[in-house]
Amino acid sequence: MTADGPDAPSAPDLDGAQVVPLHAGDIAPAPARPTRSRRRAEPRRATRRPGPAPVTPDVAAVAPAVPDAPPERARAAARTPEATTAAPPSLPHSGELPPGWEATLADALGFLRRRLTGDYAVDEFGFDADLTDNVVLPLLRPLYRTWFRVEATGLHHVPAEGGALVAANHSGTLPLDALMTSVALHDDHPAHRHLRMLGGDLLFRLPVVGQLSRKHGSTLACTADAERLLTAGELVGVWPEGYKGIGKPFADRYKLQRFGRGGFVTAALRTGKPIIPCSIVGAEEIYPKIADVPVLARLLNLPYFPVTPMFPLLGPLGAVPLPTKWHIEFGEPVSTAELGPDAADDPMLVFNLADQVRETIQLTLYRLLGGRRNAFEG
Amino acid sequence: MAPSVVLVTGVSRFLGGHLAARLAADPSIERVLGVDTVPPGPDLGSRMGRAEFIRADLRNPSIVEVIARADVDTVVHAALSPDPSGRWGSAAREMSVLGTMRLLAACQTVPTVRRVVLESTTAVYGASPLDPALFDETMTSNDLPTAGYARDAAEIEGCLRGFARRRADVSTTVLRFASLVGPRIDTVVTRYFSLPVVPTVLGYDARLQLLHEEDALAVLELAVAHDTPDVVNVAADGVLLLSQAIRRAGRVPLPVPPPAVGLVGRALATARVAAFSPEQLRLLDFGRVVDTTRLRTAFGFTPRWTTVQAFDDFVRGRAFHALAGRERVEEAERLVDRGVHAAVRVVAGLGRWA
Repeated sequence: MTADGPDAPSAPDLDGAQVVPLHAGDIAPAPARPTRSRRRAEPRRATRRPGPAPVTPDVAAVAPAVPDAPPERARAAARTPEATTAAPPSLPHSGELPPGWEATLADALGFLRRRLTGDYAVDEFGFDADLTDNVVLPLLRPLYRTWFRVEATGLHHVPAEGGALVAANHSGTLPLDALMTSVALHDDHPAHRHLRMLGGDLLFRLPVVGQLSRKHGSTLACTADAERLLTAGELVGVWPEGYKGIGKPFADRYKLQRFGRGGFVTAALRTGKPIIPCSIVGAEEIYPKIADVPVLARLLNLPYFPVTPMFPLLGPLGAVPLPTKWHIEFGEPVSTAELGPDAADDPMLVFNLADQVRETIQLTLYRLLGGRRNAFEG
Repeated sequence: MAPSVVLVTGVSRFLGGHLAARLAADPSIERVLGVDTVPPGPDLGSRMGRAEFIRADLRNPSIVEVIARADVDTVVHAALSPDPSGRWGSAAREMSVLGTMRLLAACQTVPTVRRVVLESTTAVYGASPLDPALFDETMTSNDLPTAGYARDAAEIEGCLRGFARRRADVSTTVLRFASLVGPRIDTVVTRYFSLPVVPTVLGYDARLQLLHEEDALAVLELAVAHDTPDVVNVAADGVLLLSQAIRRAGRVPLPVPPPAVGLVGRALATARVAAFSPEQLRLLDFGRVVDTTRLRTAFGFTPRWTTVQAFDDFVRGRAFHALAGRERVEEAERLVDRGVHAAVRVVAGLGRWA
């Protein structure tokens, strides 16, 4: 199942990295691994590993390996133990801090300094790459690796650079599927792409959530923003089912809802960017919505008020998602470049393309569902 | 055709006054007339050189005579920026909307007028979570402000559109300026960031797009000299988050729960520190960013300062006594780094000794 992603085999490694205790005096050092680009992009994760432990990595030896990396990243990469394979491994003995802690501390302090002096860049949509890479993604990572054990496949269908539109099924009462897709595309894609998600207006009305969504790369789902992002060469994520999909009852799980007015197809056609169908299995069962309280929903100005076996019965405990096993598959891209921007004015074509994407996602969902034993073991 | 007699309104304000000064320094312009209800301050007045000041209220019919007698061919209406300490109440509203209507009515009767430039604001797009991230000149908000400064600015733009329809031979340009900052200008925004503790709305972090005062003057000057598109967004490149801007200014943010925000705004207005209108408070929630493609292409101007540079220039110009400035933060970083290293050495030494 994991064989088709270019870097799929790395997933088990990182699973391992999560469970290795920090003060692991009795654990034998792992054999030195070949340098991998994903390690370089995750300096703080990597530095916590008690594996091969060079004390001071040779900066000059690594610098040519990352010629295009921005200085910040290159500097961080130079500090990671994994970035140098030639350095001699040394055994960490008990009572000592894990190797590379100095680099981790410097990184953390540097981050704090940037935040406190406002020395970071935000794009026009409010996307804050510094915060996303250093706070949001590290917070989501345990959920992605350990809790949902997400298996992402077909990542080679997502281009390493340039604009593309990822259209996925939506489910789970709360949009964790969108967050997990963003982690998948950053951590498991070789180009570590940031997914720019298109969200409903409710998201941006809410305090805290609204500003965090913008900082994490979301913007309002409208053609103006979608086209602007695609033209700028960003990877855009869209969930065309909208509230109908995410808020559907548990009985309707994995039944794709209507795809709105096909605005996402129009945006892709106008900009000539491919549409990548994305099928997410596992998100449907995290908060099984067994009932809805429309009166409360209207009162709170929400699209639905979910009742799950744990919410509102167990109060805040109901916010803990069930630990289902997830699978995210990126399908073959639907190319739109050869149709030309005028095709966006042909409603028949737009609907046909939307149906084609919808069909692909639904069939992939059935195939993935057929291959799993149950929701928790996958 | 180059302008020869230019009338500038609002010359007691920053934009009008400095524009009149710049035009007066241009020898190709024959006469520069400055109109306002109050004379410009001594500093501004001395800069204005040969520009003539006429004390007049735009709502007074005598403005027609001023325009007709001097054979004015270009009118720059720059009297709309709100007084940073006064509230945008009914008096300001009447002054701006009725004043503009009278001025345009006068321009319509004088055949020599060929060009009208209007200073407007990007506030006409509102600030709401229901709108695209960027506005271009053709867009309107899904959630337009129903009252206040933004509503009046939109109404004034409507007056100019009506005027342009009736006098098809006159070319008009509406310049929608983003919030102005700079070392010299005094606006609600600059007063806001000058507060030692800056109140923000808890749970919200707005995207701010600013414009340097010098860029605003350069754009006005260009609009006087050339025929330019009818509506142009004028704003700097890039975006600052409100929280980020407060940090860059070395200020301390004070998040206020949303229900109390109106109260704080009113308190600041009563103290005449900075008068926040309701739509400016909304700006603190959601922010506003505009597309400046038309400014660069059709208008042919690229702002010299980005939003971040403009803000930093404003901060430098005010020479704030920073509570949490860059030097202090960097010093704290070094201290913590050294402290942790020392602690680790001590712990490691104890471990070996034991």
